[in-house]
Amino acid sequence: MNRIMSDKKIIAMYTLPALLMILVLIYIPIVLTGYYGLMDWDGIGAMTFIGLENYQNLIADSLFWQSAWHSLLLAVFSVLSLVIYLTISVVLSSNIKGANLFRKVYLIPMLLSSVAIAQLWIRIYHPSNGVMNRFLLSIGIDNPPLWLSDTNLVLFAIFIPILWQYAGFYIIIYYAALRNIPGELMEAARIDGATPFQIAYKIKLPLIAGVIKVTIVLAVIGSLKYFDLIYVMTDGGPNGASEVMASYMYKLAFRSNDFGYGSAVGFFLLVLIMIVTYFIRKLTASKDDEVQY
Amino acid sequence: MAQSTTAEAERELLPAEGKLIDKFFKSILYVILAIIAVVQILPLVWLVLFSLKDNQEVFNLPPFALPQSPNWDNYLRVWTDGNIGLYFFNSIIVTGASVILTILLASLVTFAITRMQWKLNKFVLALFMIGLMIPVHSTLIPLFSFYLNIGLMNTHAAIILTYTAFNMPLTIMILLGFYYTIPRELEEAAIVDGCSIHRMFFQIILPLTAPVVATTAIINMIYNWNEFVFVNTFISSDSLKTLTVGIQNFIGQYATDWGAIGATLVISVLPLIIAFVFLSNRIVEGITAGSVKG
Repeated sequence: MNRIMSDKKIIAMYTLPALLMILVLIYIPIVLTGYYGLMDWDGIGAMTFIGLENYQNLIADSLFWQSAWHSLLLAVFSVLSLVIYLTISVVLSSNIKGANLFRKVYLIPMLLSSVAIAQLWIRIYHPSNGVMNRFLLSIGIDNPPLWLSDTNLVLFAIFIPILWQYAGFYIIIYYAALRNIPGELMEAARIDGATPFQIAYKIKLPLIAGVIKVTIVLAVIGSLKYFDLIYVMTDGGPNGASEVMASYMYKLAFRSNDFGYGSAVGFFLLVLIMIVTYFIRKLTASKDDEVQY
Repeated sequence: MAQSTTAEAERELLPAEGKLIDKFFKSILYVILAIIAVVQILPLVWLVLFSLKDNQEVFNLPPFALPQSPNWDNYLRVWTDGNIGLYFFNSIIVTGASVILTILLASLVTFAITRMQWKLNKFVLALFMIGLMIPVHSTLIPLFSFYLNIGLMNTHAAIILTYTAFNMPLTIMILLGFYYTIPRELEEAAIVDGCSIHRMFFQIILPLTAPVVATTAIINMIYNWNEFVFVNTFISSDSLKTLTVGIQNFIGQYATDWGAIGATLVISVLPLIIAFVFLSNRIVEGITAGSVKG
């Protein structure tokens, strides 16, 4: 039995195809991104080694810092939005009839591609024919905002569809975690006279702390690499007001053919995500850390 | 005597009063939950409505008014005028091929990691799990030049390989929990009966994992059907584009025809909405397993 189940040839045969794929298509590219970042390269011609020049330029590049700042803002928005999702999930999980139906309905936007969502919300935000401004006009707001062409508003306008898109995703995660809490705990607290609010705050939340931590990491990482929706909705505009790190990288490489500099941005993004993940996990580390991702 | 009855009545009154407040409170919660549900659905209702209108109706009627007579020809027009049918077909090929490849390879790996005995299994598992964190954008430039050099640029193969690699970690993660629960006796019995490992895997284990395979298949399908960046970067030929990227260009030509744009978008999201109607439990399960379980 043991001999058959530890047959090296078969183990290799079963693992190598997939392993090879992630090595060639994920891990080697990661290393190469760092390497290309040291080059002056237009993607087709010869590469010239320029050392850390790209990274030095990066530090002095105000457009880059602007896009990094926007990514950070999206991350903060996203983490804050988790509070809303969590509140909804606590309500949903408290033996409400039809909870199952509600959480499924909330999930529907998550099924759509970001491109479709972007195209739909471009029209929702349309200054004169969009639902948003026609609604605002109908309730007597005479000068409704221009949303996507307002440099001060655009990032907020982009965040609304993000909030809409991911609601169901996080609600489902929280709901599942909350439903896993043994009922006796809440029963005992209720007998001791705890209010629903106290039960939620003092029993439910601490018990799902691990899951909350996972969602914080997911929300931050997701925001740092946010791309599709912004690329389609505003292409980073107007005037760079909604540019984020991923869209900046994409433009550098595939529009300006500056593959070396683009790689430097890509590598920065990777390192940033690794560091952020590490720190969030460290900061929120708990002893009973059974949840992984 | 009289005193005790009052006390009893009071005791009975309290829970009843509590229930009344509870009921009131619950109805408020219901209203809030229902409002959120409406907000989640309303943009899509509006989308379907304007996909059936002509521009005049879109701009002059109230947003949620029904069209006087539904313009089904919007759908016919975008389907026959553009390449929507072709994009649709490409999406099916690319999505289908990568889902099958991902699940087959991931099942083999998960089997080897959880059921077979070897020293490096934890290390190999870690390699796959770290892959979960890696942002696709950080791999885009090297992948682009790699596919360019080996002549896979502008092929479905490039897309299928990329999807398979990037979906592998999550798929293994979802499969893992299920594989751990399979009883060892099953394998022992099979081996005693003289079954080879390949037969054991394909005829016993793989069929046994059908429910979790279905879940991962659906999660993979949603990701692949909606993927944008890889196709946008690796495919320039119009005849090879998938729906997500294809409609993006297509909509450019119809920039001002809202009905046509609406119809295009509805067509692109319809397959997943239909899948959701039938398989929502599996989707919910997959999301829960994919993000929370270890």
